[in-house]
Amino acid sequence: MQRIGVFVCWCGTNIAGTVDVAAVSEALKSEPGVVFSTNYQYMCSQAGQDIIKDAVKEHNLTGIVVCSCSPRMHEATFRKTAAAAGLNPYMVEIANIREQCSWVHKDMLTGTEKAIILGKAAVAKVNLNTPLTPGESPVTKRALVIGGGIAGIQTALDIADAGFPVDIVEKNPTIGGKMAQLDKTFPTLDCAACILTPKMVDVAQHENIRIFSYSEVEEIGGFVGNFDVKIKKKARFVKEDICTGCGACVEKCPMKKIPNEFNLGMDNRRAVYIPFAQAVPKVATIDPSACNMLKSGKCGICSKVCTAGAIDYKQKDELIEEKYGAIVVATGFNPISMDKFDEFAYNQSRDVITSLEFERLTNAAGPTQGKLLRPSDLEHPHTIVFVQCVGSRCDACAEKGKEYCSKICCMYTAKHAMLVRDKYPDTEVYVFYIDVRTPGKNFDEFYRRAVEEYGVRYIKGMVGKITPEGDKLKVQASDLLADKQLHIDADLVVLAAAIEPDKTARPLATMLTASMDTNDFFTEAHPKLRPVESPTAGVFLSGTCQGPKDIPETVSQASAAAAKVIGLLVKDKLTGNPCIASPNELMCNGCSSCERVCPYGAITYIDKEFPQPDRTVAVRRVAQVNPAVCQGCGACTVACMSGAMDLRGFMSSQIIAEVDAICK
Amino acid sequence: MKVSYFPGCTLKNKAVILDTYARKCAEVLGVTLEEIENWQCCGGVFTTSKDEVATKLSSVRALKYAQDRNQPLVSVCSACHNVIKQTNHAIQTDAEFSDKVNRYIAPESPYTGDTQVYHYLELLRDVVGFDKVKEKVVNPLGGRKIAPYYGCLLLRPNTVMQMDDPENPQIFEDLIRALGGEPVAYSMRNECCGGYVTMENPEFAKSKSKAVTDNATAFGAECIVTACPLCKYNLDKNGNSVPVVYFTELLAEALGVKEDETNA
Repeated sequence: MQRIGVFVCWCGTNIAGTVDVAAVSEALKSEPGVVFSTNYQYMCSQAGQDIIKDAVKEHNLTGIVVCSCSPRMHEATFRKTAAAAGLNPYMVEIANIREQCSWVHKDMLTGTEKAIILGKAAVAKVNLNTPLTPGESPVTKRALVIGGGIAGIQTALDIADAGFPVDIVEKNPTIGGKMAQLDKTFPTLDCAACILTPKMVDVAQHENIRIFSYSEVEEIGGFVGNFDVKIKKKARFVKEDICTGCGACVEKCPMKKIPNEFNLGMDNRRAVYIPFAQAVPKVATIDPSACNMLKSGKCGICSKVCTAGAIDYKQKDELIEEKYGAIVVATGFNPISMDKFDEFAYNQSRDVITSLEFERLTNAAGPTQGKLLRPSDLEHPHTIVFVQCVGSRCDACAEKGKEYCSKICCMYTAKHAMLVRDKYPDTEVYVFYIDVRTPGKNFDEFYRRAVEEYGVRYIKGMVGKITPEGDKLKVQASDLLADKQLHIDADLVVLAAAIEPDKTARPLATMLTASMDTNDFFTEAHPKLRPVESPTAGVFLSGTCQGPKDIPETVSQASAAAAKVIGLLVKDKLTGNPCIASPNELMCNGCSSCERVCPYGAITYIDKEFPQPDRTVAVRRVAQVNPAVCQGCGACTVACMSGAMDLRGFMSSQIIAEVDAICK
Repeated sequence: MKVSYFPGCTLKNKAVILDTYARKCAEVLGVTLEEIENWQCCGGVFTTSKDEVATKLSSVRALKYAQDRNQPLVSVCSACHNVIKQTNHAIQTDAEFSDKVNRYIAPESPYTGDTQVYHYLELLRDVVGFDKVKEKVVNPLGGRKIAPYYGCLLLRPNTVMQMDDPENPQIFEDLIRALGGEPVAYSMRNECCGGYVTMENPEFAKSKSKAVTDNATAFGAECIVTACPLCKYNLDKNGNSVPVVYFTELLAEALGVKEDETNA
């Protein structure tokens, strides 16, 4: 039999205002197992905690019920108090008589009645509580960063600087991501390459960082502190350690008409290529879908011109297996396809481009060497129309676009418009917008400069239709403030396409058993208080894989994720949550129902030997819970048909005792 | 192949040639249009008010007639097609409407929206096939520059009509090419002609029609082709005198079944 102490908190007037706390402590005195009951103004204060500690000693208590606020608020506090008094911390139960009682009732009578019932339920539960001890698991002191854009780069650098080894897996031949494709960055207009490429070099030279470029994560097993990851290093048909990046092979390759992904197909590359001059690693890659030698065995020029002897047509995909303590997802974003937006004629005219294509057109390393020329005839455009929110904030056309705001478009459009007016003052620039959203440091000042100093014509309203006619683009739009229809003959139209998570994010989330929202952005453990952690232990989020964000925000989040990773990797052992599922093997019938519902992949099955009364041995398939992975959600206990699965600290018997106490 | 055919009122008076050539060409292409017995006016406009049932009954009767014969239902007039297709969609998706209509008509078995509804253009594209149409051309249009004019009703609302991309349709263009003509690309091809506004505000309707015809001729159109009697009416009356013809006329000409103008 337990010896239970009940401690009713007034919480000033928060509880005592609508609950007769003295009546509650009095009523609970007569509950089974209760040997002591009292009330106090602030139970969480030092004085309040001392009351509990003294009572434990004086009355030899084995269990504690605190009738107070939500366990989210002070359960940890009172568990510490219990531990300080020499009790197992899991012998404490909280009856929430504030959020779910005093705050929602106006009448003292009903409030008190409910508080007593909640207290009785907690007492009933504590009667069945058993001491719980958290388990421990070791930590592999190495981190994996998936994605080598600015988010992955910053996270990797911060973790590596703290002294832990980091591997970056990047699916493209080079790290750098989207930022490497940008021209200037808002609101300071510093050149993206000038601030990014030194960081890329830092990554390449850091003794704690390995880069697996042109590689993809194939398989993830294990759990926090102990992930087992298989990485596929795709054959690039060039020996990475020997190639000097001299580019002789690229120059001589006869396959010249391969659309250049880095310039979004606006110019061509060779079959053997280095994506851009500052690529890291600066190593050539052969595109097997374009290379004659790989397709038909006829050519081999690159191998002949390579003085280092780095070309290897026989290279195979390589599988790397490694253990990691923490995984950071930094898979980034892409602009959505414009295929479903035929009203903007993206597929009908080469002069209708996306904003990312515009970045390449104004970039000195881009297809026009930074001269703003329209793609169809390489003429200088005199009238440019920018359309914002193409596919963003699009709830009326959900099958075409995204419901959310892509967040970065207002600012980069202001940047583009300003740069055009600055370099080519003879150009008319229109920006159509639904709202201009510029909440950020120096953002609104930047936008206002575009309007006030650079004379960009901002028009509130959306473009309804764009039709190519001759060498003009007929733009039909509405000016909502002037309440009139506009017809503009444009030379170039730039669409601020919505952004969406990279396509690799969804399968990766499945491998990680990490949750995603309906838009395929990774979900954070708490939207406000744990924004860089996935609900899955040991998995952290960096950059736009979690939601649209600009570069400063991405870098902040990347460093935050790194801090969380470092906090994990410095530990030698991880203490788990003892409130985890545990199967009764004698009752388990091996049906796999629990395995299927487990969102964390914590349940596996093994064949286990059971001695029988006749001294033979029977082998049965039974569920096993990995204590380091289980988060104690309880889904399996509900799914288990034979009632074999129970959640420690929330046993079925305890829950039923609570229900009985409430319904008595 | 036999299909149920809903001609519609206008095709019996103002737009007789839209009807006669549709039938003749169908025969050439191996399709027999079986005119629905005792069909009634489609109502002209699909009313979006939820409690409006009476004006949609005619469409339901026609759809039920086709279903009883296990035939698709074909119409030529953009407006009729729009009303019938939207009514069919309402039967499929709005249980209350479906229930009301079936109680009112009280057929032996309730109509549940199973009839396949085609516009004549869809019949050509999806059932006959434009390649088959091309094979049957005896009198190709000789590269004549023809401006396809879609208007509103053929393509919208897209979620229901599902005929072609409402912003960048190709069905007329493909037909014109199959017949040996050259489709003219111009921006006003799926803008409104003025529609029924011509009754209320003739000046405004005129500006709409004028814009369409001016835009088409500016890009070298020798004629404008349409499927809609109301579009033809407005463009003829208010446009810039560029000839406006029904697509069935061009089809008949190319297939060699067009009567001499003097006999028509």
